[in-house]
Amino acid sequence: MAKINILNSKRLDITISRLSQQLIENHGDFKDSVIVGIQKSGVLLAERIKQRIKELADLDIPLGKLDITFHRDDFRRRDSPLAPNKTEIPFIIEGKNVILVDDVLYTGRSIRSAMDAMMAFGRPSKVEFLTLVDRKYSRHLPIEAKYVGKTVNSIQSQRVIVEWNEQGFAEDNIWLVNQ
Amino acid sequence: MLSTRHLLGIKDLTEEDLHLIFETADNFKEVINRPIKKVPSLRDITIANVFFENSTRTRLSFELAEKRLSADVINFSSASSSVKKGETLLDTVNNILSMKVDMIVMRHSSPGAPHFLSKHINANIVNAGDGTHEHPTQALLDSYSIRERLGDVAGKKVVIVGDILHSRVALSNIFALQKLGAEVMVCGPNTLIPRYIRDLGVKVELDIRKALQWCDVANVLRIQMERQQTKNFPSLREYSMYYGVNKELLDSIDKEITIMHPGPINRGVELTSDVADADNAIILDQVENGVAIRMAVLYLLAGKNG
Repeated sequence: MAKINILNSKRLDITISRLSQQLIENHGDFKDSVIVGIQKSGVLLAERIKQRIKELADLDIPLGKLDITFHRDDFRRRDSPLAPNKTEIPFIIEGKNVILVDDVLYTGRSIRSAMDAMMAFGRPSKVEFLTLVDRKYSRHLPIEAKYVGKTVNSIQSQRVIVEWNEQGFAEDNIWLVNQ
Repeated sequence: MLSTRHLLGIKDLTEEDLHLIFETADNFKEVINRPIKKVPSLRDITIANVFFENSTRTRLSFELAEKRLSADVINFSSASSSVKKGETLLDTVNNILSMKVDMIVMRHSSPGAPHFLSKHINANIVNAGDGTHEHPTQALLDSYSIRERLGDVAGKKVVIVGDILHSRVALSNIFALQKLGAEVMVCGPNTLIPRYIRDLGVKVELDIRKALQWCDVANVLRIQMERQQTKNFPSLREYSMYYGVNKELLDSIDKEITIMHPGPINRGVELTSDVADADNAIILDQVENGVAIRMAVLYLLAGKNG
C-alpha cells in the first residue's frame, strides 16, 4: 500500500492559517456567521479553524457539530447501517451565514446530505463550504468548495486519509493512499 | 449491526444489541427535539402496522416513529378487516406484502404469532406485543428510561409490581434488565405471580412495602382485566389496598424511588394520582423515549436489508 504525504503537520498548520485568514477577510466581525463541522473529521478541522480565528482576530465564532448519518443517500446500500454521531447545534441557523466544514471533498454526496440535515435547523441566509482536501475530477454532484486547503488529482482506487493529533496520532498528516 | 433480522422478543437479542439500540436512540432523541423532527432515512420503505388487538400508545408511537423516519405507512386493524370474514393470519399478511410492504409491525393476542410469521414471510417483523408473551419495544424503552434517569441500568434494583401473570411487559422487562445487569424482583398477589417465575432468576416478594424498600426503580403494571377469565383477587379495591402505590407508602420509605408505568394507568388502582404525577415518576419520559427507541429499532432493522 503506497502512501504519499499530501500535507505534513507544519504545512497543514500553514494551510489552516491561510483558510482562517480568508474567512476573516470575507466575514469581517462574523456577526451573522457560524461554523458547522461535519462529523467526525470535519468537526476537528472546524475546531482548529475556530481556534486559529480566535488567535488571529480575537473573535469567538459559534461552532456547531452536524451528523449526516440519517440524511445519507446510501442507506440500505451498505451491509449495515452506519453508526451515527452527535449533532450539537446550540444556536439558530435561521438567517445566518453558515460556513460548512469537512476534511475531504470527494463525490459531493456528504455535502448534499449535510445541507439536507442542516435545513432541519432553519433556513440559512447563505452557505459556504470549506474543505481541507479537494479531490478534483471525482464529483458525482455539482458541488464545489469556496475555500480549499489543497487540491489533489486522484483516481477512484485511491483514498485520502486524514490523521489528526486529537485522534491519538503523534502528529497531523494527510496521506494519499493507493489501495 | 443488530444480530437479528426481526425484533420478535428481547430473549433473542444480545447485550450488544441492546446497547446499539440505546446509542442509536440517543441520536434519534436529538432528532425529535429539533425544529424539524424528520429525517429521510426510510424514505424508500413501506411499513404496515398490523394490529389484531387494541392499542393506543404503541400504535401511535410506532406510527410517529415511522413518519419521523419518512417511511410510507399503512395501518391495519382487525376490527374493521377481512379477518372478521375468516381470513387466516398468513393470508392477511401475505395480501399486505403483495402491496410491496418491507416491514410488518404486528400486535396479536396469540403468543408466538410474530415468530410464526417470521418463518413464512420475507419482510422484517417487529413484535408490538404477542398475547402474554413479549412486548420488546416497551422493555427497551423502559430500560432506556432507567438508563437516562439513573445513568446506567447495571447494578440497579428494579421491582415489577402487579399483574405479572398476564403481562408481556413484565417478561420482556425481566429479559432486558437481566441482560443489562440489573437485579429484578416481582411483587404482587400470589395469584398473579407465575408459578415458575423464579426459574428466570428473579426474586419474588409478596409484600409491597418490602419490595419498595429493596428497589431503586418500581415499574408498576396495569391490572389487565381483559386477559383474566377467572378472578385472581377479590376486588380492585382490595388490590389497591394491598398493592396500590400511594404517596403515604412512598413517604414511609427513606429513599427516593423512580416510578414507572407502561400505561394506560388505572388511576387509584395501581397508582394514585399524586404518585403518577410526581417528579420521581418518569411515565411521560417513557412515552417520549418510546418514539426514539422505535425509530432506532426500525432504522437498524431496515439497514440490515442492504
